[in-house]
Amino acid sequence: MSEAQVKVLGARQEFAPLLAVDGVKVSYGAIQALKGVTLKVGKGEVVALIGANGAGKTSTLRAVSGMLKPVGGRISFAGEDTTGAKAHTLVPRGMAHAPEGRGIFPNLTVLENLELGAYLRSDADGIAADMEKSYALFPKLKERRKQFAGTLSGGEQQMLAIARALLSRPKLLLLDEPSLGLAPQVTETIFRNLKDVNAAGVSILLVEQNAHLALNFAHYGYVLETGEVVMAGPGKALLESPEIRKAYLGE
Amino acid sequence: MQTASAVSGSGGSSGVPASLRGILPVLVALPVLLVLEWLLSNSPFASYLLSIMAVNIILAVSLNIVNGMTGQFSIGHAGFMAVGAYLAGVTSLALKDVALSFLPVAVSDQVFLVVALLAGGISAALAGFLVGLPSLRLRGDYLAIVTLGFGEIIRVVVTNTEAFGRALGLSGIPQTSTVAMVGFWVFLVVLVSRRIAGSSHGRSLWAIREDEVAAEAMGVNTTGYKVRAFVISSFFAGIAGGLFAHFVPIINPGSFTFVKSMEIVVMVVLGGLGSTTGAIVAAVFLTLLPEALRSAFAAFGSESTLAQQVDQIRMPVYGLLLVVLMLSRPQGLFGTKELWEVIPRWIPRRRKGM
Ligand SMILES: Nc1ncnc2c1ncn2[C@@H]1O[C@H](COP(=O)(O)OP(=O)(O)OP(=O)(O)O)[C@@H](O)[C@H]1O
Ligand SMILES: [Mg+2]
Repeated sequence: MSEAQVKVLGARQEFAPLLAVDGVKVSYGAIQALKGVTLKVGKGEVVALIGANGAGKTSTLRAVSGMLKPVGGRISFAGEDTTGAKAHTLVPRGMAHAPEGRGIFPNLTVLENLELGAYLRSDADGIAADMEKSYALFPKLKERRKQFAGTLSGGEQQMLAIARALLSRPKLLLLDEPSLGLAPQVTETIFRNLKDVNAAGVSILLVEQNAHLALNFAHYGYVLETGEVVMAGPGKALLESPEIRKAYLGE
Repeated sequence: MQTASAVSGSGGSSGVPASLRGILPVLVALPVLLVLEWLLSNSPFASYLLSIMAVNIILAVSLNIVNGMTGQFSIGHAGFMAVGAYLAGVTSLALKDVALSFLPVAVSDQVFLVVALLAGGISAALAGFLVGLPSLRLRGDYLAIVTLGFGEIIRVVVTNTEAFGRALGLSGIPQTSTVAMVGFWVFLVVLVSRRIAGSSHGRSLWAIREDEVAAEAMGVNTTGYKVRAFVISSFFAGIAGGLFAHFVPIINPGSFTFVKSMEIVVMVVLGGLGSTTGAIVAAVFLTLLPEALRSAFAAFGSESTLAQQVDQIRMPVYGLLLVVLMLSRPQGLFGTKELWEVIPRWIPRRRKGM
């Protein structure tokens, strides 16, 4: 229904389908946070979701990862209808969610946090190999593996959150504001690492306040406004659109 | 926690093999209980005290699974104890005149006791499921409110049910409980609790306790694990109640009040939320404390009426204890650690001092 109002800029690069969100509605009691959100993420694609505070970005991710039950619409993931499926049934199917505000376990060590990331896996060798991979990706974490996660710096905590999400071997990584509260250089490091993650075949659905960063990084982007998608297009095309420049890049 | 075990491991002489750690407290407790029963066989008061202590251990260790390991807050454990006590009591009364003639009387008694206990335990577990499922689906303080209400509802129901003896209570339940039987259930609850702590179930509870949203994002079936922990905990509360009903002459609603629930909460907090051995030590301590006070009063030659007043000053003493503890050691005696993780860290330090 809201499909008609979406302003689409430019053609989308072809990817095999992975996630399809179709007219999803989410309510918190009387508050309707999502009024019918439709978006897609392809295999190997990076998709950015941008929008103002309270637009419904976090709610969209939570509906996709099964932490919220939508009151309307359909979600399909990896060829299956997953509308209303619980998070613990989606993680084994390849969904990983690094929640807003990082959501690491502060009173556990870095290593214990990572072990919990592999919570649903039982292949000890595979876990050990993936653990090494995440240390290669974020060498800081290896140095700090015995340290309590709560005592890591903000940037290190974000790296841990991403590394931990990757330990479930996801097909799709949901990231909620990975740049939140981080210095530009740290953010840059994290996004460079995310590029490697994506190059290894992991699709990413990225929520960001930093529209410039997100749209530069993503193949495709959606703009969310008060619970609805109002604009979509390839990252670069959105970056060049005057509306976006005015509303989100402060020009 | 990783670091703690590394420290105790390097402690050397005091290191306990990992495979034994889980059942160590049980290995220590069980022979002690059996020897005690033998020693105290002609001292009914000592057996009684030991049984009360065991019941309190079962209550504290089982509540620790919910309040300590899972980080939920249940304040109605006495309600589940009541369900177990009354259902086990009624079962025993119904089976009073039945005997397994091919067994010695004492053995037959114990068989029926176990049947009654299971009836009580399973009823309490069922009650736990009914109470836990709706309230544990939500995050936050709902469990506390619902369990508080549950405890009161059970009391009102019992007080108004003829079959449960109303306010007067239920008497005439065969007094078939033995120190060995309560010891066996202590063994079982400690074993189950330690098994949970060391398993993937325990890791899930641990994650829920630390951060429920993150645990959910990680693929932990949070509702499922919370409800399972709650049902196991309720089962053992029911067993504790059942045992209690078989060594006190009369059970009445006054034994299962909110004060009893709080007493169990105090034990868990005092021992350290999440520590099984902490819960045991605190339960033993808080069972003996009023007795010690009573003896102290008696030694000073005061009248028995004054000794009875100890029961009344017990709660203020608990309150004071909690305040002192929260100020000096907010994580409880052992924190989330176990006795054998804590002791080895004390010993080398003292050696160094010498
Ligand atoms: N648990 C909740 N209960 C009630 N309302 C909520 C809840 N979570 C979110 N909302 C409301 O839903 C709307 C969308 O919130 P959401 O968190 O999805 O926004 P967001 O786009 O992620 O914002 P931000 O950029 O600030 O993180 C907001 O109006 C918010 O107040
Ligand atoms: Mg948000």
